[in-house]
Amino acid sequence: MNDQQQTLWDFMRQQSDKLATQTLEHIGLTFISLFLAVLIGLPLGILIARKRKLSGSVLGIAGILQTIPSIALLGFMIPLLGIGPKPAIVALLLYALLPIIRNTYTGITGVDAAVKEAAMAMGMSKWQILFKVELPLAMPVILAGIRTATVITVGVATLASYIAAGGLGEFIFGGISLNNTNMILAGAIPAALLAIIFDFLLSRVQKLNFKKIKTGTYILPVIIVLLASVYFIPSAYGSKLTAGFTPEFMGRQDGNLGLQSKYHLKIHTIVISDAVMYKAAYEKQLDVISGYSTDGRLKAYNLVVLKDDKNIFPPYFAAPIVREDALQKFPELEKTLNLLSGKINDTVMTELNYRTDYLHESPENVAKDFLVSKNLWRPDRGGNNGIVRIGSKIFGEQYILANMYSMLIKGYTDYDVTTKTGLGGTKICFDALTNNQIDFYPEYTGTGLLVILQPSQQIINTVEGSKEKTYNYVKEEFEKRYQIKWLQPIGFNNAYALMMRQKQAAALNVKSITDLKNYLDKK
Amino acid sequence: MIKVEHLSKHFGKVKAVDGISFDVNEHENLVLLGTSGCGKTTTLKMLNRLIEPTHGKVFINNKNIQEQQPEILRRGIGYVLQNNGLFPHYTVGENIAIVPQLLNWDKKQIQHRVSELLEKLHLSKDYLNVYPNELSGGQQQRVGLARALVADPPVLLMDEPFGALDNVTKAKIHAEFKALDELKKKTIIMVTHDVQEAFELGDRICLMDRGRIIQQGTPTDLLFNPRNRFVEGFLKEQRLLLEFRAITPPPPPEGGTLRLNGKVLPPDVSMWWVMEQFKFKGNESISVYDDRDKEIKKLGFEDLMLAFYQYKQQKTHE
Repeated sequence: MNDQQQTLWDFMRQQSDKLATQTLEHIGLTFISLFLAVLIGLPLGILIARKRKLSGSVLGIAGILQTIPSIALLGFMIPLLGIGPKPAIVALLLYALLPIIRNTYTGITGVDAAVKEAAMAMGMSKWQILFKVELPLAMPVILAGIRTATVITVGVATLASYIAAGGLGEFIFGGISLNNTNMILAGAIPAALLAIIFDFLLSRVQKLNFKKIKTGTYILPVIIVLLASVYFIPSAYGSKLTAGFTPEFMGRQDGNLGLQSKYHLKIHTIVISDAVMYKAAYEKQLDVISGYSTDGRLKAYNLVVLKDDKNIFPPYFAAPIVREDALQKFPELEKTLNLLSGKINDTVMTELNYRTDYLHESPENVAKDFLVSKNLWRPDRGGNNGIVRIGSKIFGEQYILANMYSMLIKGYTDYDVTTKTGLGGTKICFDALTNNQIDFYPEYTGTGLLVILQPSQQIINTVEGSKEKTYNYVKEEFEKRYQIKWLQPIGFNNAYALMMRQKQAAALNVKSITDLKNYLDKK
Repeated sequence: MIKVEHLSKHFGKVKAVDGISFDVNEHENLVLLGTSGCGKTTTLKMLNRLIEPTHGKVFINNKNIQEQQPEILRRGIGYVLQNNGLFPHYTVGENIAIVPQLLNWDKKQIQHRVSELLEKLHLSKDYLNVYPNELSGGQQQRVGLARALVADPPVLLMDEPFGALDNVTKAKIHAEFKALDELKKKTIIMVTHDVQEAFELGDRICLMDRGRIIQQGTPTDLLFNPRNRFVEGFLKEQRLLLEFRAITPPPPPEGGTLRLNGKVLPPDVSMWWVMEQFKFKGNESISVYDDRDKEIKKLGFEDLMLAFYQYKQQKTHE
């Protein structure tokens, strides 16, 4: 435990630059959104307190906004506002609205009617009543709303890294993808601390006597604006091309680290989720992205893979990995899963991915069509001789593979199947497997090597060049360390790749990563 | 001073106030009396336009209030509420100073006026920087009264001003209220459901029921010449007490005085008060003095009772 803390501390010290930037970004994002939410929510709350008829619909809409899952809301923002801070701020402010509007409304309507009547009877105008009576008396309730909104925003702001808006989410999601607990904690602990600190500070503000410190009312917005402006300091930049890399790619030796050490590539980089990266490249918000070589969107968005002329991306052959006790429990499983071995090459996989990712066919249909075309499909035998649990990561290709395996098991054996698809990343999938939550899932040799085993650089160098060596190494090590078996490779190689829009790549005459580096260095 | 003509307020189909008219003379204290829901508070609130009438007109100082800007109108009319309506986030001093501040008085003038009123209302200066919730109910009501009086408005509207107080405090404040010189120069309209209070404080009373005025007149008018069964019934329970309070001992001859233990009694002293002195202070009679300060006779308990019955008989036959 002590050891663990030590290394976390080391990690945070090592990455202190990044940590500081991300923390500032996080604070900035939080407060810019909060400031705008107050700017919108407070007048809205006052309005509906005055015109009660509107209160139902306004609170209803704000309530519905609140129930939209945060990731989905961020997703909705992309077509409207692109990627980066803008959509993140809008999404965050929408989340912060409800508590602010509701508490302003409750606070103002809760002011003693006799007090309001007295104010009116003494000849105060509507505005005087608002500023001298209603707002000061409603302030504790309004502040409680802002406090709730702050804590929500600090939390949701971690998701902003999905759409390249930065923040501590970069570490958290990078860490989950990379199976790096220290990285997760380096993001999660400061995020939690921020929430606690802001909550505490606001609780102090709430207890202030506004009569005694009238200026306090004016200081608060100023503080919020100052904190909000923090966000713009780290994001002042300029570069010819913009790259968008996934959090996982950012931290990997066969990712951004390799690009820097072997290619000496210097490009302005933002961190973005895989889900929106391709679209952003297509919409010219990004120029270079870190995609997967079999991704269907490669085809859909007219992207081209840059040649990895220095071989930093190891081969990523996909194969199911199964816990050995599951193989014993389900003796027919290995044979059945291997039915797929060698059947899908890169082109086929890209095509299948294209059908799900771009044509929006269901992974189930795509899987079935493929199996039928290869004469592998058999009807469900309705077996009940135990249940095999299939896992998959959260992208299209894995859904398709999980569906194929599910159909094969149902058609060829007497086992039943449950699927746990959409497990967030390598770490989540792998932990589910080792903790006996699932029995198998499709994994990639390169991921097994670099993310899970994390061997010394020397070993990486010796096995990296060849797909057989990599496969054999991970197969041996997995059996030794985790009692998990790599079955036969499915056939395709889904490696990391740098991609650009075809048109732009042609215009700049960039065909390989070295070309890209030379282009960037030219200036 | 105040003239109300055919004033009505309808809430949907309910006629909360139904075409009432009355006048209030300068420096008079008119009480709107009635059970809850009779329209008395609605009537009061139409006088400073907290509620806008459906029909009818109100003139204050011969000016139609509908033609004035409500804020300006209200700054010239004092208003006292049952639950005092003090601003909980303002100190006592600040609460009292609200209207002068709206009227842009200068600081010194405000300070001077606030401390003057505190003194008149028997509130210590220490309360100046105290918040209302630290005061007792009676003190809060005094502050509410001070707030209404601070800009010296000619008209004062009071909505059940003592309704939230216990009986002991109420009696004390009633006495102060009657003694307060500031109020003697005011035209006051007060709403209450408390018959005793109405009789004690009102120069005239409008008894209201279901949005209409059933009878208006002095307390003795209502007592001895009730217009109908309703008026009679309304006063029935406390009739004897009210009568003793409404009737004065037989008046002395022109220029003379009534005295108790040599002290001159005010001309409006009630029979009730005199009886109290007999009962609790051990006095047996009051003396009647003529204009040359000569004692003519003494009036004992039986004399007074006799006078009381004679008075009643005379009144009811009028």
